[in-house]
Amino acid sequence: MRPTAANFEDNARRALADAKLRDALSKLSEGFPAKRRDAAARLPEFEALRDQARDIKNHVLANLDVYLETFEARVTALGGRVHWCRTAAEARDAVLGICRKAGARTVTKSKSMIGEEIAINEHLEANGVAPIETDLGEYIIQLRQEPPSHIIAPAIHLTKEQIADTFRDKHKQLAPDRSLEEPRTLLEEARGELRDKFIAADVGLTGANMLIAETGSTVLVTNEGNADLTYSLPKVHVVIASLEKVVPTLEDATTILRVLARSATGQDMSVYTAFCTGPRRPGDLDGPDEFHVVLLDNGRTRMLGGEFHEMLRCIRCGACLNHCPIYKAVGGHAYGWVYSGPMGAVLIPNLIGLEEAGHLPNASTLCGKCEEVCPMRIPLPRMLRAWRELQFERRQASTTSRAGLAVWAFLARRPWLYRLAMGLGVAVLGRLGRGRGRLRRLPFGGAWTDSRDFPAPPGRTFQALWRRQRPGGGR
Amino acid sequence: MSDKPAATPLRVGLFVTCLVDLTRPCVGFAAVKLLEDAGCIVAIPAAQTCCGQPAYNSGDSRNARTVARTVIEAFEGFDYVVAPSGSCAGMVKVHYPKLFADDPPMAKRARALAARTYELVSFLVDVAKSDVVAPAYAGTVTYHDSCSGLRELGVKAQPRALLNKIKGLTLIDGRESEVCCGFGGLFCVKYPEISSRMVDAKVDDILATGADTLLAGDMGCLLNMAGRLSRRGSGVRVRHVVEVLAGMTAEPPIGAAADDR
Amino acid sequence: MSESRAHILGAIKDALEHARLPESARPHGDASPAERLGAHRANLIPARGRLGMKARIDLFIREAERVNATVARVSGLAGVPREVARYLTRNNLPPTLKIAPAVAEPTIPWTSHTLLTVERGRAAGADAVGVSRAFAGVAETGTLVMLSGPENPTTLNFLPPTHVVVIAASDIAGDYEEVWARVRDAGAGGDRTFMPRAVNWITGPSRTADIEQSLLLGAHGPQRLHIVIVDE
Repeated sequence: MRPTAANFEDNARRALADAKLRDALSKLSEGFPAKRRDAAARLPEFEALRDQARDIKNHVLANLDVYLETFEARVTALGGRVHWCRTAAEARDAVLGICRKAGARTVTKSKSMIGEEIAINEHLEANGVAPIETDLGEYIIQLRQEPPSHIIAPAIHLTKEQIADTFRDKHKQLAPDRSLEEPRTLLEEARGELRDKFIAADVGLTGANMLIAETGSTVLVTNEGNADLTYSLPKVHVVIASLEKVVPTLEDATTILRVLARSATGQDMSVYTAFCTGPRRPGDLDGPDEFHVVLLDNGRTRMLGGEFHEMLRCIRCGACLNHCPIYKAVGGHAYGWVYSGPMGAVLIPNLIGLEEAGHLPNASTLCGKCEEVCPMRIPLPRMLRAWRELQFERRQASTTSRAGLAVWAFLARRPWLYRLAMGLGVAVLGRLGRGRGRLRRLPFGGAWTDSRDFPAPPGRTFQALWRRQRPGGGR
Repeated sequence: MSDKPAATPLRVGLFVTCLVDLTRPCVGFAAVKLLEDAGCIVAIPAAQTCCGQPAYNSGDSRNARTVARTVIEAFEGFDYVVAPSGSCAGMVKVHYPKLFADDPPMAKRARALAARTYELVSFLVDVAKSDVVAPAYAGTVTYHDSCSGLRELGVKAQPRALLNKIKGLTLIDGRESEVCCGFGGLFCVKYPEISSRMVDAKVDDILATGADTLLAGDMGCLLNMAGRLSRRGSGVRVRHVVEVLAGMTAEPPIGAAADDR
Repeated sequence: MSESRAHILGAIKDALEHARLPESARPHGDASPAERLGAHRANLIPARGRLGMKARIDLFIREAERVNATVARVSGLAGVPREVARYLTRNNLPPTLKIAPAVAEPTIPWTSHTLLTVERGRAAGADAVGVSRAFAGVAETGTLVMLSGPENPTTLNFLPPTHVVVIAASDIAGDYEEVWARVRDAGAGGDRTFMPRAVNWITGPSRTADIEQSLLLGAHGPQRLHIVIVDE
């Protein structure tokens, strides 16, 4: 997907003006946070499990090479294959190569953020292989040729009417006057459309929530069961995953699974959790003949050990999106690339560069709600600030703000001068607002007073009044 | 009446904060009253200016450190340093030590200051153990939990505990009292439309409570919310929580004219 | 591609060597990977599932019903056909089953129930009802644990719109960790690994909330999940 993160301001403006989007996002922000809260309340050990999940990932990252090699050895011992890819381009070629060797015409896909990151669909299409999204939300946006707007609920920005219109438009072989009013009928239609495609597919392409070093297994979590049909029906199962997905043991994966769904949707456990280990075994009645894992770096090793190391603990649950007031205001598309919300604001500059993604870490009040709900205790506000520091150092912040901050700092370290300047400033504003209590238009304050009044300062500073009241009452 | 007067009076340096200093001095006077009623000896160092947060949140750590040094120097020697602001107190308590991570002598001084620094209402309840509050306030109050105070300093129960002691005051929490109001320092002027949407949601939540009074512990949030309430023609009275706690409500509410009552 | 492998592993080693990590990122009191892998110790296990047999089964049933599975109990494997027939009739479903070898004759006497048509094997697109056997249950969340193998084709869990799962009451564990210990012991994967090709945790029938967040049961996986607990 071509990034439009540099157009964040326009994207955001458009999103704010979109009434349908506003409704959809309202529902999101009412639904998921309440469910998460309930799920956490039902599990007394929830906070302790968050700590353990964080500790597991910290341990893995500190030994990442060893665990990846162990994972690879187990996969290979069972007849599977691991493909190491430094870049998105390498990963695209690896996947295409596997599909070509299998003579694949169609490839069913379950939702994969890495798949989005490397834009695998376009690549397959351009090379004569048809990718078929099976996650309902992904299926819908594939029909609409839109990117996902949420990392676990990709079509969250759409109303059912919009979805119905899309189905009427694209499912041309069905009766045009059929009723598509209820979500149930939409679901039935999608299910019907996809069923044969599941069975006919030559290759199944999935992501992975985790890779387990101990057993060479991949962990796949869904509610729909589409991933399970994707990896069990075709002859070839391909998993694409980024390096940091690995965990040591089945027990460690279990701990993380206990906080994943609760944080994401408020379920105690997602409906389907699949542990796939290698190709089918002798005597199995079904399952793939081939098992491939495409391991992607694409910037992760650059993050390792540095300022953004802790971002590698992310398990892509989406809790930070669900609780972020900025995400609630503008939705996922405004961020301009595959990820969004607080995790997107930290991760995207790491993957596509700070120049392109510069707005994202700045469009935040650093309210800290994201860190409060992150199951892996990732210090997102700290990392957003770190991006701002880098921008300031690289002179990417605007000249006006640099100049403004320099003047302010000059004054702020000279208290007597500061008091003089501020005293004058408030005296002026005080005269302007005198009697009315508020200013409807601020000189130089356009942005504030476009939508807010500015409460008028009373005209004298506290320090000045205090010194008059209590001369010598300070130091 | 406080039930446990301090053995020796606590010597408290009041960090007024630039927003209080510039836009609402009565908050400073209310802060002094509350601290003195709690048995503290209050001094207000003249050398204080700003905590440095605007620079820090803009990524300008150098200037933030320069300003922080001024603050650290100004406030050395007190038993406690108290600010009527969760974000300023949070800046000193949580972020000053990080700012000087590469400067061990300064880091030590920063940590020493951080250990003694508190947001004012939580200081009254948790440290001074004071429950001296105004005898009465006639009104229904809803309290907004400013983000830094809440998440960096754990200020949540303390203002409510004190407000509940005031006769005639009914407290009602908004469903979204913990949701950011959209001020965010420079955020509200850098991304004004998003900020507007956020403050609108906050105002909806406030109006839904039916309260006639909005209180909070941070001037930035209060200016933001009062500004939007006023633009939407609402009569909700907005004050800093210490004004009501100290019983000093002679000043018109934030954003209201003298004859607006 | 082995060049990429060397490059990536080299980059990782490099990054870790020069790492400057804050306290919140550092591992604590750390075992080596070899130790951790060898010990495969359980982490914190919630108290919820740690119950005696009877309470555990009750919890399992409660949790399974909470996620919209239906549950029945029979006193022996011989009672399964009657229960399945009853369930199908009640839900207006055709009396035709595709069953896993693990639940075929003579384990379960299907022929004793003449109204049911039974075929064994993997699932095909037209199958309406699949019947399989669970390796274990997890009371903590009402979850079924299915192991793939010659006796239990994975596709039966997902393709037919109605899924019936037979589980012995004594196979209902309190927590997941108990089940992993059993999986390791059972060695179902053969000599190179104890892991079968697929271990599936199933917690209720399939669902989606992708359309305006309204919860709908029956996305791509089964729309109905019926659990038959067999007391032996």
